[in-house]
Amino acid sequence: MPTVSATAVPISAQARASGRAVSVLSILAVLSVASIVIACLVGSISLSSGELFNALLEILHGKPSTLAATLLELRLGRALSGFVVGATLALTGVLMQALLRNPLAEPYVLGISGGASVGALATILFLGAAWMVDLAAFAGAIAVALLLFGLAYRDLRGSGSSEGNAPLLLLTGVIIASGCGALVSLMLSIAPDSRMRGMVFWMIGDLSTTQPRYLPWIILVGVLAFSISMARAINIAAMHADNASTLGIKVGSLRQAMFFCSALLTASAVSSAGSIGFVGLIMPHACRFAWGPDHRLLIPAASLAGGSFLVLADTLARSVLAPQQLPVGVITAMIGVPVFLLQLHQLRRR
Amino acid sequence: MQTRKLNVYVGKRCLLKDLEWQVQAGECWCVIGRNGAGKSTLLRTLAGLRPIDAGQVQMHGKDIAGWPLAELARERSFLSQGRVDAFAYTAIETVLSARHPYHDSRYWESGEDIALAHAALQELDVADLADRDVRSLSGGERQRVAIAALLAQDAGVMLLDEPANALDLAHQISVMQLFARLCHERQKAVVMVSHDLNMAYRIATHALLIMSDGQWQAGPAAEVMTAERLSLCLGHPIEMFRHGTQTVFLPQN
Repeated sequence: MPTVSATAVPISAQARASGRAVSVLSILAVLSVASIVIACLVGSISLSSGELFNALLEILHGKPSTLAATLLELRLGRALSGFVVGATLALTGVLMQALLRNPLAEPYVLGISGGASVGALATILFLGAAWMVDLAAFAGAIAVALLLFGLAYRDLRGSGSSEGNAPLLLLTGVIIASGCGALVSLMLSIAPDSRMRGMVFWMIGDLSTTQPRYLPWIILVGVLAFSISMARAINIAAMHADNASTLGIKVGSLRQAMFFCSALLTASAVSSAGSIGFVGLIMPHACRFAWGPDHRLLIPAASLAGGSFLVLADTLARSVLAPQQLPVGVITAMIGVPVFLLQLHQLRRR
Repeated sequence: MQTRKLNVYVGKRCLLKDLEWQVQAGECWCVIGRNGAGKSTLLRTLAGLRPIDAGQVQMHGKDIAGWPLAELARERSFLSQGRVDAFAYTAIETVLSARHPYHDSRYWESGEDIALAHAALQELDVADLADRDVRSLSGGERQRVAIAALLAQDAGVMLLDEPANALDLAHQISVMQLFARLCHERQKAVVMVSHDLNMAYRIATHALLIMSDGQWQAGPAAEVMTAERLSLCLGHPIEMFRHGTQTVFLPQN
């Protein structure tokens, strides 16, 4: 080991790294709260901050009677579900990219969301029972995840390829995704007109119909806490692939844990808001670009940023052409595509 | 570190049969063999990256499968032949990752880890690349950063798969001398795969020749690395010359 002279120690570099993380995360936390407040204020009927405050008091006292209070209740519920879906998608993107060691991976690449679509559309088409749709979507996603786990177990075991790019998992996932896509097209083509509209709207992805629910929050917070606690190991696996085991990482069980976390998150996001694209691809990228690939900061930062981004995008979606509402997926794509292309080009020019 | 009746198979082909081999502290072993003879496969087996087909690999007299991974990571390190960097980690971050086995439950690296990592980069003459994206480094620079990570891991047994790969002549020599010094002064054990017989002979204390039919020969370099045995092992006639204090191996025409 090279000798270490005490004078060469960079001054409390540890404190610097954690201090930076704290400041980045506090800024993002403020941004998250701000995005939710903005979402409550803006809409076809604008509220002033005074009205907002009174309305909040009314809701807290449990009897929302004024128009402002009713509006706030609706908008706050929608903003909160937007936040949880956005954060879930961004976190899934981070985990998938690290799992597959591929910066282009995103929550929908493995076909888990395809499974959710098949489940949801089949329920709308054959049963028409609205309350079962989310459940069926969740079940479809989990079924595909289990299928993938069985088919690509070699990659998840962690001693397959020396490069560790998990090609089998990725390829199997892409093929299952296209299979699900074919099933979705089939169902759409045989659907009667009366059911068609509901099916298409489910596919586009929308936050307007989501009821306030606790399960997505529980899943998000649980997986977030788990992945933050594993962040150091995730870093090493992302850097060294299978060789990470020579640094003391149980690569196989880490990969399996990441896979199931991603599957659970995808299922949760898709069953509460349909397939909203780009958040899961763009937000991890943007955060990695801004603060580096260290997952100890990236995981919480991308979650907060993803949540705020989707809340703001949804606010735009329902206010640009108000009172008409656009699907939020359209807005995320319209913001995401140019931003992503710009980023790629800047990366190239360096 | 030792092996007992270790058999290494790839598919149905037996690369090594009943390998009885012991690596002691302070020894520098060079593994020599033809392409596909099983050098890298042996190293990966020793590193615990492949299941053991038959026999045992032991560290301090205990099967490596019985060691907790983190403890084992403090005993032996592994340098792979190539690496694919998917993300834009900086050089210093990759070196710090090698301190993982010492972190236990801490979330951020300690100042001591960071100082060790910088010292390791310094040792390999890449201190100025500390904050560079590893994907932007040249092959030789990346290799030296990887070796710096190995130093930072500070394990007793170092398994190196072609450590001089992609290095220029001056760095090849300084890296090899560094490993020789680590064995000599700090009682580390080194096992390296190398195709450069001359370099290997200069620094190795011992050599393991892998023949292509599962046979092997192990022993002190001066005994094992003879022109006759190397010719047999590598499948081409080789001559040995003495030039001053140096020994040179040359392939015959």
